[in-house]
Amino acid sequence: MSVEEKIIKSIKFGVLSPDEIRKMSVTAIVTSELYDEDGKPIQGGLMDPRLGAVTPGQICATCGNDAKNCPGHFGHIELARPVIHVGLAKHIYDALRTTCSKCHRIKLPEKELARYKKLLKRLRERWPLLAKMLILAVKKRASKVMICPHCGERQHKVIFEKPYTFYIETKPRGKEFLNPIEVRRWLEHIPDDDVELLGFDPVEARPEWGVLTVLPVPPVHVRPSIVLETGIRAEDDLTHKLADIVRTNERLKDLLDAGAPQTLIDEHWMLLQYHVATYFDNELPRIPVARHRSGRPLKGLAQRLKGKEGRFRGNLSGKRVDYSARTVISPDPYISINEVGVPVEIAKILTVRTPVLPWNIEQMRKYVLNGPNKWPGANYVITPDGRKIDLRYADRKKIAETLAPGWFVERHLRDGDIVLFNRQPSLHRMSMMGHIVRVLPGKTFRLNLLVCPPYNADFDGDEMNLHVPRTEEAQAEARELMLVQHHILSPRYGGPIIGGLQDYVSGAYLLTIKATLLTKEDVADLLAVTGYEGELPEPAIISPRKLWTGKQLVSLFLPKDFNFKGKARVSAGIFACEDEFCLNDSYIVIKKGELLMGVLDKKAIGAEQPENMMHWLIKEYGTDTARRLYDTLFRMFIRLLEKRGFTMTVEDVALPEEARMKVKEVIAEAEEQVRELIREYEEGRLEPIPGRTMEETLELRILDALSDARKKIEDIVVDYLDPFNNVFIMARTGARGNELNITQMAAILGQQSVRGERIHRGYRGRFLPHFKPGDLGAAARGFVYSSFYDGLSPVEVFFHAAGGREGLVDTAVRTSQSGYMQRRLINALQDLRVEYDGTTRLPDGTLVQIRYGEDGVDPMKSAHGKAVNIDREIERVIGWRV
Amino acid sequence: MARSKQQKRKFNILEHELVPRHEIVPPDEAIRILRELGVKPEQLPWIRVTDPVVRAIGAKPGDIIRIYRKSPTAGEIVVYRYVVGY
Repeated sequence: MSVEEKIIKSIKFGVLSPDEIRKMSVTAIVTSELYDEDGKPIQGGLMDPRLGAVTPGQICATCGNDAKNCPGHFGHIELARPVIHVGLAKHIYDALRTTCSKCHRIKLPEKELARYKKLLKRLRERWPLLAKMLILAVKKRASKVMICPHCGERQHKVIFEKPYTFYIETKPRGKEFLNPIEVRRWLEHIPDDDVELLGFDPVEARPEWGVLTVLPVPPVHVRPSIVLETGIRAEDDLTHKLADIVRTNERLKDLLDAGAPQTLIDEHWMLLQYHVATYFDNELPRIPVARHRSGRPLKGLAQRLKGKEGRFRGNLSGKRVDYSARTVISPDPYISINEVGVPVEIAKILTVRTPVLPWNIEQMRKYVLNGPNKWPGANYVITPDGRKIDLRYADRKKIAETLAPGWFVERHLRDGDIVLFNRQPSLHRMSMMGHIVRVLPGKTFRLNLLVCPPYNADFDGDEMNLHVPRTEEAQAEARELMLVQHHILSPRYGGPIIGGLQDYVSGAYLLTIKATLLTKEDVADLLAVTGYEGELPEPAIISPRKLWTGKQLVSLFLPKDFNFKGKARVSAGIFACEDEFCLNDSYIVIKKGELLMGVLDKKAIGAEQPENMMHWLIKEYGTDTARRLYDTLFRMFIRLLEKRGFTMTVEDVALPEEARMKVKEVIAEAEEQVRELIREYEEGRLEPIPGRTMEETLELRILDALSDARKKIEDIVVDYLDPFNNVFIMARTGARGNELNITQMAAILGQQSVRGERIHRGYRGRFLPHFKPGDLGAAARGFVYSSFYDGLSPVEVFFHAAGGREGLVDTAVRTSQSGYMQRRLINALQDLRVEYDGTTRLPDGTLVQIRYGEDGVDPMKSAHGKAVNIDREIERVIGWRV
Repeated sequence: MARSKQQKRKFNILEHELVPRHEIVPPDEAIRILRELGVKPEQLPWIRVTDPVVRAIGAKPGDIIRIYRKSPTAGEIVVYRYVVGY
């Protein structure tokens, strides 16, 4: 059962020597044929049975194991002529140009060599990094020497032509080809001591081993053939490539035996070199890629490992896992922010291995009896001796009876289990949080709307992943460290990332405005959704009817010693409030847990709003209190909105005639300005902005004039629209949209732009054929006079579409770029950690920062990046007035 | 060559406003600091002798340099560099 524990002390990489290759080989491969007429693999072919057993039931001809236990065995190909290993060509080049062509010593004086050797030995022990630098320095110096200090031979430059050709420069005649045999002979003669100084290892990696005389053939496990439904065998790319190598190798051998002309031999030699090179790497520069019969490029060994889909990133770092689920998400405001709704169907597949104990044995018996098809049941039981019994086929009654402590039950996921919930892209730690399971009917994962911001989720078809931690340790860690409520505060800026969005904000505002007076029935209804149990507060108005204010209801949930004051977001324009002595009700005052004045809006309860009311509540009362508020108070906000009804109509953006006249005036004025600017430009009177051409100046001035006009119109719109209509409420509270959006709907869409310029591309000198070529006027360059209320003219629609398209392209480009940047950042920073002494260090103890972030502040526990917010602390300590 | 020497004398990089204050830490103090931080000298961030500032203050390989730097989070901070050869 248990595997012998082995500890890896060190890993050493080397190059296989020809002897090693022959020693580990079980057979030489001598024919490119794979199977005989009966479909049996040929001895000495690439599918030789001695290379290992792969099909079930097959017994390995070498080790006698079956397919499951046979590790596979290497074969080899004796190359008729040596070839360069492409991956090592660079190192061969290094060795060639640093050594003498005659005596094959490093081209440095004997005394220097001796000194370097001693130094290298010392550095190797203490300073491996410097040893590398020394080797580089030796190479650099030796490659420059033109007369060998040992034998006095004049040296010629060695030229390396990528990817695998070497020439020697013979001054008068140009360059002369250096064939692999010559290269190998040269390298063989470099003495061991010199080899070491060049960074090779005379035992594990002699330079001449980079010239292949024998090629290892990987076992069939590495290149399995696939049998298609039609019964035709399809061989792996590597097998094809190896067959090419064997074929050319045999042909070359024949030619050599027959004493063929040198040119013919050289031709086949080069072909063999090409095949061997593309076998290793089929994306080499300057040589054609080897292709399959169908024209598809073959996958070389390098291609298997490289890149996103390669062995490392695709299969080792990115494994697919069991005990996980993925489906569409949908909202459910009536579950806690800590919870996730899991469909019954999924709960019946995901299991948790639970030990049977005296305390849960009855429960476990019930699960076993229910079996795999009835929730809550169990899919497997594990006996004390480690056997796994599948409850689909077993006698469940009998197993339930024999169940005893010491057994394990793979029981279905049930309410209260902890799971990890994740949405890609996982850009920050809040992208994967711990949730508590609520098994619910339906086929989607349900999540509370308040956790949408950290996941950046919406419900237009988003899917999310769920993972079940299986061990008790993992479950405990998930519960204590990853649960949603521990992530309300974001470490990015030290404010709450979980908070109200859209309807929550409108709801909070509508509940807390002075105009909202609630009857006893309303109050009961609102409090019912929160699960409030307790006394009703004294009504704010007693006669003629008992009426309560929304502020009273909010106060019920606030801690009784909580003090807070701050501006609301609606505090702007005519509703501005600077301090608590203000009748506009847009300055929040909470004293001793009573919301005395002010309305709650995005600035008080919104997501990603640092230093808001929720932020101080979390900091002062902890995450449990905060979670309770999110689960009760916030539910009341949307309940109010449901009762009241909230929508928008066209009338919300309909301007009165007076306003329309004013808007028209402003537009006419702006148009006149633009015309005047164009006139000045045409007459050459325009004063250019320093560093700009006339044309650029004109463009900028026109853009300025038009945006000024837009601002003026915005003011008119804000003046004339009813601040209490639905659209305006959303904009003011921060629930959705802003004043600019309203202006675009009600009055004027304004300038459309592509790349920050007025739209001018399309036809020659004009955007559309509806304009005169060279027309610089506002209308011809993408200024849209209509609003969404009026409707756009066909030409305007084209301008708007051009501007809109740019936005879409931008987001597409940005996501891919930021994704790659994220990858590089994570790779660079993943190993940093903060030690107990407050320093930031690498795993080997190297110091990065003496104090984390230079000030030692944890942003998640700080007040918006600062260590303390003095004002808030004073306010808290001395009570109310500062 | 003559011109560059002249320039060298004229321009002292240590006086540039963007160059923070650098100083060589005396050996006995260096030992104390290393003990406090719990690091071997080579575990400090490295700086080359060929670095212009190191040349300007005349530090040698093996020295430890103290830099007083402005920090956006903590006002002024002190960091150390270990001078290495090459």
